[in-house]
Amino acid sequence: MSALTESLILDGVGVGRGCAVAPVAFVRLAPEAPADEPSPADPDAAVAATQEAFSQVSASLQARADSAEGNLAEVLQATALMAGDASLHADVEKRIREGAGPATAVTAAVAAFAAMFEAAGGYLAERVTDLNSVRDRVVARLLGAEEPGLALTERSIVAALDLSPADTAALDLDLVAGIVTELGGPTGHTAIIAGQLGIPCLVRVAGLSDVPAGTEVAVDAAAGRVITAPPADLKEEFARRAEREAALAGDTEPGATRDGRAVQLLANIGTPADAVRAVAAHAEGVGLFRTEVLFLDATEAPSEEAQSAAYRDAVEALGGRKLVVRTLDAGADKPLAFATQPDEENPALGVRGFRLTRILPELVQTQLDALGTVADESVWAMAPMIATPAEARDFASRAREAGIGTVGVMVEVPAAALRAEAILREVDFVSLGTNDLAQYTMATDRLRGELADLLDLWQPAVLELVRSTAQAGRRLDKPVGVCGESASDPLMALVLVGLGITSLSMSPGALPAVRFAVRQHTVAQCEAIALAALSQDEAGAAREAALALVNADVRDALGL
Amino acid sequence: MPQRQTTIANLTGLHARPAALFAKKAAASGHAITIARAGEAPIDASSILMIMGLGLSHGDDVTLVGDDGSDQILDELVEMLESDLDSVPA
Repeated sequence: MSALTESLILDGVGVGRGCAVAPVAFVRLAPEAPADEPSPADPDAAVAATQEAFSQVSASLQARADSAEGNLAEVLQATALMAGDASLHADVEKRIREGAGPATAVTAAVAAFAAMFEAAGGYLAERVTDLNSVRDRVVARLLGAEEPGLALTERSIVAALDLSPADTAALDLDLVAGIVTELGGPTGHTAIIAGQLGIPCLVRVAGLSDVPAGTEVAVDAAAGRVITAPPADLKEEFARRAEREAALAGDTEPGATRDGRAVQLLANIGTPADAVRAVAAHAEGVGLFRTEVLFLDATEAPSEEAQSAAYRDAVEALGGRKLVVRTLDAGADKPLAFATQPDEENPALGVRGFRLTRILPELVQTQLDALGTVADESVWAMAPMIATPAEARDFASRAREAGIGTVGVMVEVPAAALRAEAILREVDFVSLGTNDLAQYTMATDRLRGELADLLDLWQPAVLELVRSTAQAGRRLDKPVGVCGESASDPLMALVLVGLGITSLSMSPGALPAVRFAVRQHTVAQCEAIALAALSQDEAGAAREAALALVNADVRDALGL
Repeated sequence: MPQRQTTIANLTGLHARPAALFAKKAAASGHAITIARAGEAPIDASSILMIMGLGLSHGDDVTLVGDDGSDQILDELVEMLESDLDSVPA
């Protein structure tokens, strides 16, 4: 169907390991005001036309707000009010009367408010996305163009400059064969959603916008490549790979190395419903229950009873399997209405995670009490953002007092990794959150796509901190797990096992490949792979050195 | 002209959602009402964008000024600012 028969390879950063072949569909970009938009011949008519466009956009947003629920409804409601804002309209009118074209006036007026929000920083800066979506819709109407977005009619690879949470929520996921974005980072919102749903995904794909819509493309997340107009043999290979992945899913035994050392393979979940899916995916339990998901739509902290009910549902779904519950990790990229600190200039370094007990002690206490009422020996609790042994001791005493038998903390602050032995003396276990550990070790914002190379989980400095934490666990004979992105990469999983990690927790879709890779290697082989990676100076070289020692069958079967 | 002084009670300040509730109420009254943080220029209380841009935080002192006959709506708006807006259902 396309004139483009030449096959092109575009490089990007893969999320997960999946592959897919389908036509590409672009999320419609917002039309921009033409650079040479003329001054309106009739300013009164132009002002009236922009007013009408603002009212229509405000009404359509309000209609969407009325049919939405929870947090999304509130965001849409506030966005509708922005579209109907008299100050914005007055600014647009002033610009039109000074000679600007209508679309140009709208763009400039919105930019002025956006600059004000951005200068304020933090929470307000994030609202700029909403304000810009008002601009895009109004400008589209003024120019007679279609509203931005995408309605899928066939199974497609969804392509976009970047996808906002609202864009992703609007997609018909049954028709999404893969997701490819030109911007974004591998731990951003889109990547996380795609990973959870097992959708092959690539971010940071340069040159994507030059591919004509409808072109068949092959997405290879494992290799970090998009191949346009793939030749027949490549399509066959991808089909075989998909089959192999299905075959790998046939091994449902508990995780272990070839020589029989157990490595618990667990799932990361956000809701009790996810726990059901984790069991279906043959996880041995849950290594990370992100409880903030239960809170995200709430305007005030859920009551102890409401929380108990949710935790009880998860415990029941798991039927005696291990459940590691992480207490609220609000703040930074996960703002909650009732726990957000509005004045933080540096939210990733601010009052988040366990630090919330300094200002909202009842929040964590209610959560621990709720957990205490349902806790049996399968339920473990851990606190995020622990930096010192004193914080670990504080959390452990609160959790034990609430009746929780096994308590631990997350190791994601480098300070905690460096003093892991002292931390482990206070608690029963630790779990490494490798995404935040990489962010803090490399001083690199997780949301900055252009710095993705620094956030590479193969950075030897990050591996070094994982190693020292795992060694502290072995000295004290206490479990040290990994519940970050690292655990879902089968090659990295071998390194982690070699470093002495005792459990790996990941999105359920990643379990089969990790289970297979671990089962094909002995502890000694894993240790050699880990040593090879650690002896390198660069992330890329570390991965290459590890890969060179991997069993050839595994490399083939997983397309590593 | 009637005016009122109060202090922002909402713990998270006047971010998008409470700002929306406030601006909507001010706009629906039909009265010309301004809001100013102590020592700053007043802005239109019916504009969600101006209110968000003001970035009002918990504990900020503000002055509301209305036109003739706006006493009742000013009292209602003050009551709103003195309450825990995050717990008001949408």
